Amino acid sequence: MRQVSRDRLVSILLIIPSVILIGVFVYGFIGFTGYASMTKWASLTPDFTFVGFQNYAKLFTIDRFLISMRNTVNFTVLFLAACLILGLVLALLLDQKVKGEAVFRSIFLFPMAISFIVTGVVWRWLLNPGTMQTGSSGVNLLFEKLGLPFLRSKWFTDPTVIYIRPETAVGQFLNNIGLGWITTPYIGFSVAVISLVIAATWQMSGYTMAMYLAGLRAVPDELREAARVDGANEFQILRHILLPLLRPITLSAVIILGHISLKIFDLVVSMTGPGPAFATDVPAFFMWDTTFRGNNFAQGAAIAIILLIMVAVLVVPYLRYTNRQEAEL
Amino acid sequence: MRKNVSLLVTVLVLLSVALTACAPATTAPSGGQQPAATTAPAQGGETQPAAGGKLEMFSWWTAGGEADGLNAMYEIYKKEHPGVEIVNATVAGGAGTNAKAVLSTRLTGGDPPDSFQLHAGLEVEKYEPEKYLQALNDLYASEGWDKAFPADLITLLKYKDSFWGVPVNIHRSNVLWYNKQVLADNNIEPPKTWDEFFAAAETLKGKGIVPLVIGTKEGWEAGHTFETVLAGVLGADAYNGLWTGATQWTDPKVTEALETLKKVMSYANTDYSALTWSDAAQYLVDGKGAMHIMGDWTDGWFTSKGYKDYGWAPVPGTQGTFVALSDSFAAAKGAKNQENLENWLKVAGSKAGQEAFNPKKGSICARTDCDPALFNEYLKSAMQDWSKDAIVPSVAHGAAAIEKWATVYKDILTTFATNGDVAAAQTSLQQACVDAGVCK
Repeated sequence: MRQVSRDRLVSILLIIPSVILIGVFVYGFIGFTGYASMTKWASLTPDFTFVGFQNYAKLFTIDRFLISMRNTVNFTVLFLAACLILGLVLALLLDQKVKGEAVFRSIFLFPMAISFIVTGVVWRWLLNPGTMQTGSSGVNLLFEKLGLPFLRSKWFTDPTVIYIRPETAVGQFLNNIGLGWITTPYIGFSVAVISLVIAATWQMSGYTMAMYLAGLRAVPDELREAARVDGANEFQILRHILLPLLRPITLSAVIILGHISLKIFDLVVSMTGPGPAFATDVPAFFMWDTTFRGNNFAQGAAIAIILLIMVAVLVVPYLRYTNRQEAEL
Repeated sequence: MRKNVSLLVTVLVLLSVALTACAPATTAPSGGQQPAATTAPAQGGETQPAAGGKLEMFSWWTAGGEADGLNAMYEIYKKEHPGVEIVNATVAGGAGTNAKAVLSTRLTGGDPPDSFQLHAGLEVEKYEPEKYLQALNDLYASEGWDKAFPADLITLLKYKDSFWGVPVNIHRSNVLWYNKQVLADNNIEPPKTWDEFFAAAETLKGKGIVPLVIGTKEGWEAGHTFETVLAGVLGADAYNGLWTGATQWTDPKVTEALETLKKVMSYANTDYSALTWSDAAQYLVDGKGAMHIMGDWTDGWFTSKGYKDYGWAPVPGTQGTFVALSDSFAAAKGAKNQENLENWLKVAGSKAGQEAFNPKKGSICARTDCDPALFNEYLKSAMQDWSKDAIVPSVAHGAAAIEKWATVYKDILTTFATNGDVAAAQTSLQQACVDAGVCK
């Protein structure tokens, strides 16, 4: 048997406290939540009668849950796309060695330091559409004064959901080829979510910019020089040199932004509430209502586990990828 | 040598970790002893009246008239029981949703506040009263409350044949507020029926005024509006039956009520989902809107805005019906300061206590013997109605149904307010009643 070296012993001892704490307070509670989600616990006093996946099955029959899942997917896709594109564009612009770069960098980055609650309240005021009867408010009023009334929108009060209606030609075609299940509002796009995306992007795109900017600064000038010598134009440099080198940054940004958007709660609560016919509702909000207003702890736990799985689907491949890379190094 | 230094550092670090790990362990016992130490004198003090000690209150009345009213009651309490320190364990947040989450944790964790705020009625089911609350039947008998409160309210307060809270106030949910100037300018009388309402709404709409202002951002307002429509269309008895299973939600009258609400919403401001009720009421103050269906806390809000030109009437169809909600104070089982707690409840239920609290809060007394001279014009009229109208419970504010059911009800109505799908809403409402174990 090999003698454990003293260094190794010390390092194990040092790591034990945090392992225990994380084990109990993170994984222990995740486990407990998972267990609670399979019980009948729907009142103050826990009732740990085991019911299996009944709570999950019930969830998928609840209108509000399906709507909020759709909204989350809508929000995540749009938010990621908007942040990545805007962040990259801002970073590329700042990378041109413009004057006052530090000032711009700070301006773009500042919103990140604000709480989502503040962002939500401010954007609620800005995007509050006013009424058709009494006149516009917020940005709608601005559009009106600028002589651009056609830009006015109902923002987050718009209950419109865009989806393939079963009665349309496309809907009937899908139905004929056995894809009729797509033709429901649960697989659609909630227009009101755009307002949330605007607010969230305003807050987080500066952060994405900072990540990209760091990435761009790490690209050696020699590579660009070489490409120029070979006759590449600026766009080709971007497409064939910068973007591939920025791929790890993009991946990190997707993970960080993705898990924020899947779990989003504070922004929605302060900005829009559940919205008309739950047009801006999200699972985290529904979970909170179910658990603390309805006292239905088992069902709340089931929503929590589904959220966890959604985030895990996003994060686990990333962790495996980085682990593999570290192993290669 | 170097190795020794690093080892020394390691040992020091480990030691400090061990110490910090011990820190909560060493303070915990003393923390545990503290309540024991304070309860000991309290128990000894049972023989002497002025016990001193503490009274921990849990309420979400943190601002404006509500807080003023609560403080006025505290003043009375302090005068009668000097030396008792009132600890206000408040958690801010409208309608108490944040407070309720904290409260659940404290109740189940065995560390309840002495007394906490509770909507009177079936909301009490949520707190499993037999397990976590004290039945107050003896107090009701000794203080004569079973006669001081109206009979309809007594029925409402009883859950499993016991009283679990002392109501301090009454709010009315079925009030139609209107801008006097706007209605007068358009020669409109406050509508008494929905037909009159729709005729008036049509006129107002033509003038570019929002006939009915509403805000549904917080998720309960659509349910609130619908309960007042329901009470009018079904009448008091059938409405009560909805919550006991005597009336089915499949009833054609419920269909009619849903159709009415759908039509009402077509006259509402289009940005309703962006607004809270007070944002919506602002349209009325500004003269951009004409009418608003909301509870009578609106009266206090108008007053705080310095707005005087408003009138009120029962919601169309609900003359003679008083859709009521009430805030009450409950007593937690295992309260640390039992005697102070009982004295507090006595103040909360007393004439003096309610007369101090309600004019400030903008509500009327649960008791019927308060002096009307203390109240403003609106509240005087509400007091009259309270003493003669049929009293039915509000569902949006915890009185009519257990909270689980009420939550689903509110969700259904929030959806319905926008999509107007009568059949779907009615099916869901019936299903919610079945899920609550009331309908078959």
